[in-house]
Amino acid sequence: MGDKKITLVLGVIGADVHAVGNRILHYALTEAGFNVINIGVMASQEEFINAAIETNADCIMVSSLYGHGEIDCRGLREKTIEAGLTNIKLYVGGNLVVGKQNWEEVEKKFLDMGFDRVYPPGTMPQEAIDDLKEDFGLK
Amino acid sequence: MKSNLALLIDFGSTYTKVSAVDLAKETVAACAEAPTTVDTDIMHGLNAALEEIYSQLGTKEAEFTYKLACSSAAGGLRIVAIGLIRDLTVEAAKQAALGAGARVLGVYAHELTIQEINEIEGAKPEIVLLAGGTDGGNKEVILHNARMLAESLISATIIVAGNKVVADDARQILVKAGKEVLVTENVLPELDKLNVIPARRLIRQVFLDKIVVAKGLNRAESFVERILMPTPAAVLNAAHLLAKGTKGEQGLGDILLLDIGGATTDVHSLAQGLPTKSGISLRGLPQPYAKRTVEGDLGMRVSAAALYETVPPGTLEGYSGASAERVQRYIEDISKDYRKIPQDEEEMRIETAMAVQCAQVAASRHAGTLEVVWTPFGASYVQHGKDLTETPYLIGTGGVIVNHPQPKEILQGAIFKDDDVTVLKPKDPTLLLDEKYILAAMGLLAEVEPELALRIMKNHLITL
Repeated sequence: MGDKKITLVLGVIGADVHAVGNRILHYALTEAGFNVINIGVMASQEEFINAAIETNADCIMVSSLYGHGEIDCRGLREKTIEAGLTNIKLYVGGNLVVGKQNWEEVEKKFLDMGFDRVYPPGTMPQEAIDDLKEDFGLK
Repeated sequence: MKSNLALLIDFGSTYTKVSAVDLAKETVAACAEAPTTVDTDIMHGLNAALEEIYSQLGTKEAEFTYKLACSSAAGGLRIVAIGLIRDLTVEAAKQAALGAGARVLGVYAHELTIQEINEIEGAKPEIVLLAGGTDGGNKEVILHNARMLAESLISATIIVAGNKVVADDARQILVKAGKEVLVTENVLPELDKLNVIPARRLIRQVFLDKIVVAKGLNRAESFVERILMPTPAAVLNAAHLLAKGTKGEQGLGDILLLDIGGATTDVHSLAQGLPTKSGISLRGLPQPYAKRTVEGDLGMRVSAAALYETVPPGTLEGYSGASAERVQRYIEDISKDYRKIPQDEEEMRIETAMAVQCAQVAASRHAGTLEVVWTPFGASYVQHGKDLTETPYLIGTGGVIVNHPQPKEILQGAIFKDDDVTVLKPKDPTLLLDEKYILAAMGLLAEVEPELALRIMKNHLITL
């Protein structure tokens, strides 16, 4: 990796309390050489953004497992812009919507909301790590 | 001899309304109005109204303990609001301007373009409110917009109320270009914290220092002590006092106030508007406790044609029972002659239908909404804006309501509808009528005698 470690803000958004996946991601991302700021579960959009400002983060990684992802994530891109985080990458993954919905449509919905990468349930951490390396030119 | 009277004046865009309040008896002693004469000498209209006041008081010698005025004459206080994101700092800046009693001529988001600058130049605002970025947040856009304003022909006073980190840089850019600039606290210092009061205060200061003079209103200042604020700010001030009360006198609690005018319909809410039921999460910009919205397409005269366009086709016809032809002719007539009043029963029904629509649409736009989200655990709800369903009081003011034989019918338009449960309007409020048109006057009196103003309002607002 380059001179500067890529800083990620990691957390589970909304009223979601799923902590295990968050721990696994934290471990995997740290092992892969990233500087991980883990704000834990039940984090609000403002907490993600404030943590990103404080740490001058390069990427915000949002997990959501309880099906409220769409409503919890809406407006996050707009708020990052207002906060001056104009170049920050936004990743999101998990059970983002309720029930079985067409993945292409779900992905498009989140891309339209301003996310750079959207992951379906069951994605392995390595996939996100590869994408991070590609997005930040570390490959 | 000094009497126990206060003289309260509202220089409106069409009428100058004057009331004399007996401070000892706590009553309105006399009321009068005359056409506003801001184009010639504002004192002519005022003197005409005063003649009437003196005759009602039965004396020409009356001296007043207070002489206070507000004004919306000569176009009111005209503001353009600029921010970064439409739902965030743009909305915060708009809220600050509306709460200060301004007419918001336009709102702008992101980097201003040449075309937008031309638009602002053409709109000739008196104040440009420049916001954008939270404290420590985005710096580039507000600086870009400051540079665009610096290069423009805009002569308005520019109030900078954005990211504190670059507020002074923005000021420097504008000062170097010879613009008049004032800096105040950020309207949105943090993403979840609205801070509109400092900007409102500064807007009012500019109104007093500059705009009163520019509009020739200062000619009245040899007679009145001062023109204190724009009329809508006086109304909001009165409603605020009525809701909150004072140390010695209890207020009414939460209020929704509906003011239907010729050009606009104003809605004021004095309420936190937090969810009234459990399991509802709040989204979006925090709401100001004292919130004012203004609908420029909903009005009884100047905006009558716009109102007809805004409501679904057939609405006015359906409500009034009049033919489309008849409704259109009436709209045309009143658009030509603002002073025309309904001549027969059918016209009265059309007039009522218009007022009900003003009430309904304006209140629906003001109130918050509920969105249903389906989750693995069933339905969940997300609230945007204020929940006003439990608001205990709905107050009506403005010509059409005050002079209507059944004001209750119009106010019903602003009440919660069972077939539209996602719009959070009051469900079962007590209806109050500003029968003597005293709210603006009491907003002025509140500056010097708040407790008295509150008691007079409590006595003079009649329950329907």
